Amino acid sequence: MPRWLLRRTLQAALTLAIALILLFLLVHVLPGDPLAREGDRALTPQQFEALRARYGLDRPLASQLVVFLVGIARGDLGVSIQYGRPVTELLIERLPATLLLGGAVLLLNFTLGVWLGVRQAVRKDSLEDRWITTLSLAGYATPSFWLGLVLAGFIGVRWHLLPSGGMRDPLGTGGFAATTLDVLRHLILPAITLSAVTIAVTIRYQRTAMLEVLHLPYIVTARAKGLPEGRVVWVHGWRNALFPVLTLLGLWLPILVSGSVFVESVFAWPGLGSLAIAAVGARDYPVLMGAGVLAAGMVVLGTLLSDVAYAVLDPRVQTS
Amino acid sequence: MTRVLEVGNLRVSFPARDGRRFFPVDGVSFTLDRGETLALVGESGCGKSLTSLALLQLVPASGRVEPGSTIRLGDTDVLSLKGEALRHIRGRRIGMIFQDPMTSLNPVFTVGDQIAEGVRAHLPVSRGEARERARTLLQEVGIPDPAGRLDAYPHQLSGGMRQRVMIAIALAAEPEILVADEPTTALDVTVQAQILEVLDQLRRARGMAVLLITHDLGIVAGRADRVSVMYAGQIVEEAPTPELFAHPSHPYTQGLFASVPRISGPVNRLTPIGGTVPAPTAWPTGCRFRPRCPQAFEKCQLPPELLPVGPDHRMRCWLAEGRPFRD
Amino acid sequence: MRIIGEALQTVWETPRGRAGVMFLGFLVLLALFGPLALPDPARQFDLDELAAVSPSVDHPFGTDQLSRDVLSRVVSGARISLAVAALAVALSVTLGAGVGLIAGYWGGAVDALLMRLVDGALAIPRLFLLMLVLVVPDRVPLLALVLMIGTTGWFATSRLVRAEVLRLREETFVQAAEALGASRRRIILRHLLVNAAGPLLVAATLGVGDVILLESGLSFLGLGVQPPTPSWGGMILDGRAAIEAAPWISIFPGVAIVLTVLATSLVGDALRDAFDPRGA
Repeated sequence: MPRWLLRRTLQAALTLAIALILLFLLVHVLPGDPLAREGDRALTPQQFEALRARYGLDRPLASQLVVFLVGIARGDLGVSIQYGRPVTELLIERLPATLLLGGAVLLLNFTLGVWLGVRQAVRKDSLEDRWITTLSLAGYATPSFWLGLVLAGFIGVRWHLLPSGGMRDPLGTGGFAATTLDVLRHLILPAITLSAVTIAVTIRYQRTAMLEVLHLPYIVTARAKGLPEGRVVWVHGWRNALFPVLTLLGLWLPILVSGSVFVESVFAWPGLGSLAIAAVGARDYPVLMGAGVLAAGMVVLGTLLSDVAYAVLDPRVQTS
Repeated sequence: MTRVLEVGNLRVSFPARDGRRFFPVDGVSFTLDRGETLALVGESGCGKSLTSLALLQLVPASGRVEPGSTIRLGDTDVLSLKGEALRHIRGRRIGMIFQDPMTSLNPVFTVGDQIAEGVRAHLPVSRGEARERARTLLQEVGIPDPAGRLDAYPHQLSGGMRQRVMIAIALAAEPEILVADEPTTALDVTVQAQILEVLDQLRRARGMAVLLITHDLGIVAGRADRVSVMYAGQIVEEAPTPELFAHPSHPYTQGLFASVPRISGPVNRLTPIGGTVPAPTAWPTGCRFRPRCPQAFEKCQLPPELLPVGPDHRMRCWLAEGRPFRD
Repeated sequence: MRIIGEALQTVWETPRGRAGVMFLGFLVLLALFGPLALPDPARQFDLDELAAVSPSVDHPFGTDQLSRDVLSRVVSGARISLAVAALAVALSVTLGAGVGLIAGYWGGAVDALLMRLVDGALAIPRLFLLMLVLVVPDRVPLLALVLMIGTTGWFATSRLVRAEVLRLREETFVQAAEALGASRRRIILRHLLVNAAGPLLVAATLGVGDVILLESGLSFLGLGVQPPTPSWGGMILDGRAAIEAAPWISIFPGVAIVLTVLATSLVGDALRDAFDPRGA
């Protein structure tokens, strides 16, 4: 593995470790016992005792921390108070739905967002430029849960155009094609909601990056060669304006993780977000903690991936 | 001699802060014949770079070539061209080299790709053929191990090599005219001579006309056939090179020569030209050099025309009137 | 301070910036004086006729399921949301500036430790952090909520300030002033204040918008502002069940959020352009 990659990976691991320690400390700094909820408990007394031992409030802090971290390393995130099942199992079960939603939003944002951003840069200060900026800012200002609620309420319930909740039609027939289509139909509203709220960032980043590139001398060289303007903008220009947007891909994971919480809740999309919301309602601390650990992990991974992508695409970084 | 390029009364305007327009290029005319080199000499701010950009309609977006300007490439009126036709001129009939090869080359593409792209933009060749041509061009511009260098990135090459690559790119589609905007300014002195030599060889081999833009009189001698001196957006003196060097007539040109250090000859103090170059937003009225001219007199309050002072030699100065024409 | 004044003037001159400032000004006035002019929503329970009424002349935004006038509630909610956001952001900026200053000035191990902590903290999405924190106690008093939101928002600011301090340490004019006898600390502090004031103001403005979104989200989850204190997020939650029958209950508070955060974004953007030496 190249030296820089090794170094970055170790840094990422360190950051993750610190994040986990912070999460752990959070539980202990707060007044009140997180496990003293008298809510629904599907746990046997033994399971509950094991959980207590895990967050063991009677043992020295340091050893508790070790137990915690070792547990995570082994993939053990405790047991859900609500469901009585291992948290890790629940997370894995719900992850695909969130990834599907996230993937759809990513696709939307990075195609439409990139295209609009480049367009704006090329038409800087035009009416179209200003309108796109204002509209995308309005999108950013929109609470995702509110937009989801409104869309679900009107397009889903009132006008019956698209499903307003869930991932699948419970009465639907089997068959791969039919199921896929069904899922896609259910995906439309949540994906549009989350995309509308987050696309502004992508457009902004791309526009700024593109503006900087379009002023550089090698763009003039490209035109002087007699290349078609489309090629000048997209091949010569955009290829260099790609980088900030790539770093955005890494920052995307945390946006996704947070944004999906509300959207999944409003659309009853069975992913990690709605799992977290249910855990909030039931004060199911182990699940929330597990979700937090997973979220932190995804953030660190996302940042690392975008660093790697940057290095791969910019030959200057590699050979330096 | 066939005339390949004819520029008449070229004016380029830009918007000023107060909404009016100013003219960094203000009535420039020159011609270029096949196989000859014309040097356009002037300090920064005189408008020479903009002049060259105007030839390919590459003036920055807010700028405008004013009506009344003409640029004729053989039979073609360049200023009336748009779209496909304009792109046909760029690279295919006029090739251009820019000043700083580090920022003028795209950092994320290999050198070979950038040259081949120039070839394929105008000539109907396959990728493989284009690549082969790129290799040949690298060889022609004097880069050692051309085949190996094709896959190099610009940042992996030295300044001199990058400039050679720029030349290769400019020549990729075999243009009849080469415009070189300060091709050696960003390079070390030793490398400068090499680049100029390469340009010379290529010109002779291909029978190209060259427009050499520079602020350095030193590189003009022995390289250019004719010289036009620019100041404040206008041509102030034009002559064949030997004539100009023997008899610099415009006070500005004289000032330029006086401020150039010479290795041989008596060691004197350098005499710089007093004052500073005027800003394009506020050209002086009358003769634009008047505020700095040691020989200014009353008539200089009127803007002078280009007046003859010698064989094929004109200058924009009223002093020409009082002088006998040299034969 | 003069710089800030100039920047604000520039903001006023751009159409979008002006629109943002005007809206925010209007909102602040509304929040301060609105509840005095409008009927108190807490005393509007008409127990005989608990029904949601659609918008009419009497009730321009309609009423909710408990017959409370939505317009009054939205205006009262403005008070809460703006207050929470302003206080939380003030806390975040202060903390961030403080930590950044310490890290940048002391350097060495202190700096390394602090920045590693910041990196780790930034890895945890703010929403999750707050959910974890707010889920535990039975009731979260408003001040505690402000505290929690404020203490989770200083990380990026600290990096900003630290970078500025580091830059200033290297400046030759600092060494020159030191040679003339000025205290190094004071020089850095003074110049820091001048240089960082702009970016901090921008961060604060945009931060207000972010906190409004965050707080409304938390209130929607039942974790933020607790009823009966009105909040925009809480109102949207109230209207959730009735979204088909009485959409206005949720719609208007949402529109309020959109307009407010849009205004802060526009002002923040305009401020950023104003402080940027390169110009827009």
